[in-house]
Parts: sequence; structure tokens; C-alpha cells
Amino acid sequence: MADEQTGPLPVVDFLKIPENGDPYLEGHKCTECGAIFLDTRSACSKCGARDKLEALKLSNRGTLYVYSIVHRSFPGIEVPYVSAIVDLDGGGTVKGNLINVDPDPEKIPMGMPVDVVFKDALGRKDKEGNSYLSYFFQPQKQSQ
Amino acid sequence: MSDVYILGTDMIKFGRFPDRTVPQLGAEAAQLALDDAGLTIQDMEALCCGNLYQASAMVGQRILQEIGQTGVPVVNCSNACATGATAFREAWMSIKAGIYDLVLAVGVEQMGRGLLGGGGGGKGIPKEGLLGSATMPAVFAEAGMEHSRKYGTTFEQFAKVSEKNHHHSTMNPKARYQIETPLEEVMNSEMIAYPNTKLMCSVNVDGSAAAVLASEKKAAELGMDRAVRVRASVLTSDPWQERDLVMPDVNTCTRAAAKAAYEMAGVGPEDIDLVELHDCFATAEILHYENLGLCGDGEAGKMIDEGATALGGKIPVNASGGLLSKGHPLGATGIANIYEVTTHLRGEAGKRQVEGAKLGLTHVIGLGSACAIHVLEKVN
Ligand SMILES: [Zn+2]
Repeated sequence: MADEQTGPLPVVDFLKIPENGDPYLEGHKCTECGAIFLDTRSACSKCGARDKLEALKLSNRGTLYVYSIVHRSFPGIEVPYVSAIVDLDGGGTVKGNLINVDPDPEKIPMGMPVDVVFKDALGRKDKEGNSYLSYFFQPQKQSQ
Repeated sequence: MSDVYILGTDMIKFGRFPDRTVPQLGAEAAQLALDDAGLTIQDMEALCCGNLYQASAMVGQRILQEIGQTGVPVVNCSNACATGATAFREAWMSIKAGIYDLVLAVGVEQMGRGLLGGGGGGKGIPKEGLLGSATMPAVFAEAGMEHSRKYGTTFEQFAKVSEKNHHHSTMNPKARYQIETPLEEVMNSEMIAYPNTKLMCSVNVDGSAAAVLASEKKAAELGMDRAVRVRASVLTSDPWQERDLVMPDVNTCTRAAAKAAYEMAGVGPEDIDLVELHDCFATAEILHYENLGLCGDGEAGKMIDEGATALGGKIPVNASGGLLSKGHPLGATGIANIYEVTTHLRGEAGKRQVEGAKLGLTHVIGLGSACAIHVLEKVN
């Protein structure tokens, strides 16, 4: 028998939801050359080393590298949204929605510090009705 | 090893042909190219066919069913937006290797409608608009924003690319559109993914293009009056980059291909008279000025401002109208840009002719990634 869903499922495999503790993003680091991946691979795609990828908890803080403000998407997807690429402190680059900003290029400076936050996946559910936990980026509060 | 020559090449006028099949479209370009070479399908010793959306459906063989089933070897290839150029290169390699003297290369595509990329798939729930965007306009917007971040490139500078290429296409009867599109119109058209507006996205069309390639021996025998020499043919894939898990890198593989192509041809970017490059989005063209060495790093914005890449400028880029206005039928694009450069080298480009063109370069990028560059030279 399959287990009943007790909490949301992770939106991607590299989002980890520990039983006790806060969700986090997990990467894999090559101990040979230092390259960081979000998924697992047969070997390191930078240096080719085998069996050298070790799981690594990624930081919940980073800086906005680049972004695009998306105004047209597929039917049923609410626009606009900000598609952002974020370099995490300590390594790893992740793509996601940047939230709590005006969708205006004048107001979204590249290089700004952001936090990774974990929330419900915009109410999206799979065919079985399961809810999902996703990650988002938001500007770091300046007072903190 | 002997050089390889283009003896004939042509393309159909790009457009929408819902009532025709992929093999029919490919057959038309194939026959046009054969006619241009003054040869027949019976003269061809092999066919290399490029098509993306029917990659498993033996398009090359079905083209021969349309124009003559001669029993020659057929290779079907698929390499994203570098598909057509890859088919051309397969033909080039087989002649370079001394296996054949005459090979036909065809690129053909019939496109669906709507946005490319980001189309669901995978398990769980749709990720588009949740984990950013995987649509092509957004992916290339982000690539452009990287240039803005480094060099301060503006929305207006990106938009100028589209104004220029639309202007060029007014002189190309085979382009999908021949419509002057002023800068304000480009900038004020619907924003798709900032900084790419609708008029800064390539045109989704059906199309086909073909070329007849020949060995030096065969070209000499048949006559070289309108022949064009292939000085370099290069294909690269993308080496590992720090951000390539989330940000496809069109720069590194283009730089590597350009370096190899210039070395193979024994020329530098300063020797090139015209370029047809992969302007799938206006943002992309700016990146490739620098990737191809047409200017120094950080100088692409200035280059578009000064009109250096417009017809009449120092190094005209996308005289055909480019993917932005001529159109972008994925599998056909790589051979269509070879047709364009060849036409200029032959002095047959009419109103858009780059005067005195002797050396031209073609470039395509297939995201994922594949970069193909060809350097072509006028013979007579
Ligand atoms: Zn490694």
C-alpha cells in the first residue's frame, strides 16, 4: 500500500524536506575538481572523475545573477513573473521565480542579495491531487 | 586533402505551408539546388538530410521518393537549430574523406505554432512560471541580460538589431517578411520576455534549403564559374560551465567554433566580408558579434549603434533579414544561411548585395548545445 501524503512533495529532486528541520536545496560537489551539480551524474561532467560526487547542502542565500521578466507564457500560467538565475553563496547556481519585486527592470538590480524561501508551489497539484513544496527567491531584507 | 565546393544552392521562400508535407518542401529545395548546379538527382552519390521534428521518420528517403529513388546512401540528422548545418557538414566530411564526389544536402522544417521550449513534461507538476522560465524568449533574454550586466547594453541596443534585420529583409524576396520596422515599433511591440519583444523573436515559419557539394576534381570537371569554396567547416558542443545547469551557454561553443574555423580557413575576422549568424532573438545577435570576433568584448553595443553591421557598414550581418525577419524553420536554417552567403559571393544578391564580397561566414547554434560555423570563399 502506498503511503498517504502527509506533507507536500518536493517540486524537484534537489529540494530536500527533512522529517525534522527546514527544507533546503541539495547539490552534489565533485571532490576532484569542485564543480557543483544539482542532479546526480554518472561522472563529473567537468573533469570526468567517477564516484567523486558528494551531497552538499546549498546555501539559502545568494545573489541575483541575471533575470528576465516573462510577459507571455503557456496558456494557464499567470504572467508576469520574473525568471531569475541566482548564484548561491558558497557555490551552486539555481533558476527560479523571483518574488516580492515589481516586475520592472528599473527596480530589479542584477547583483542584489536574495534569500531562498520555501512555499507551496502556487497551488499546483499533480493528477493524484498531491501538493508540492517549491523554492523561490526574494530580496534580502536590508534591516537584517 | 582536396577542397570541397558548393556547385548549387537554393531555398524556397519561407512561409506557412500547412497543405504540404515535409518531404514535399524538402524536395522543392533539393530540385532548385540541383537545377542551380545544372545536375540531376542521378548525379548525386549520397544525400544528407536535416530535419528536427520528424527526426525518426526518414525524411531524406521520403525526399528521394518525391524526386528519384536512386538507392544512394541517405543520412538523416537532427542537431537542434544546428541541424541543417550539421547535414551540410556531413556531406562536406564525406567528400573531404574522398568517399564521394557529389553529395546533396537538404534542410527542411515544418513548424508548429506558439512558444518554443518549456513545454511541461517530466513528473509531478508543470515547472514553467514556477521555477522561472524555460521558454526560448526568456532563455535568450537572460543570455542578453548577462551582456547588459557586464557591459551596460540597453534594451534599445538589442532592439536595433531587429530594426536592422527587418530592413535587410525588405530586399530579400525569399524572406518571410519584407516590412520596414522602425525602432519604436520594435520596442513598443508586445513584450514577451524582457528585453525581448515580439518583434525581437525569430519568425516561426516552414521552409527548406539545399546545396550540392562537390570534390575539387568534380568541380574542376564541371566548371567553377559560380562555384564557392568551403574554407572551413566546424562543429562544437558546449564544454562544462559553472552556470550551465540553469543557463544554456551559447557563447563558449561559438567562441571555440570561431577560433577553429578561422584557423582552418587561415583567415581572421577582419578578412570576412559578410556574416549570417544565429539571431534567433535580437539579444543573441549582440552576443555573437563578440563571440565571432567581429569586435572586442564589450564593443557589440557600440557596433550596432554605429551601423557597422548594417548593409553598407564595415561588416554586414544578416543581410538576408536573419531569423528575425527571413524566418527560422529550424532544420532548414543552417543551409539557408549558406545559400545567402553563397549568393553574395556569386554577386547575385540583387539589391542587398554586399559589394565585392569574397569571404563570408555562417553560424548557427542549436541549444543544448551545438555550434556550426562555415567559412565560404568566392572562387572566380
Ligand atoms: Zn570534477
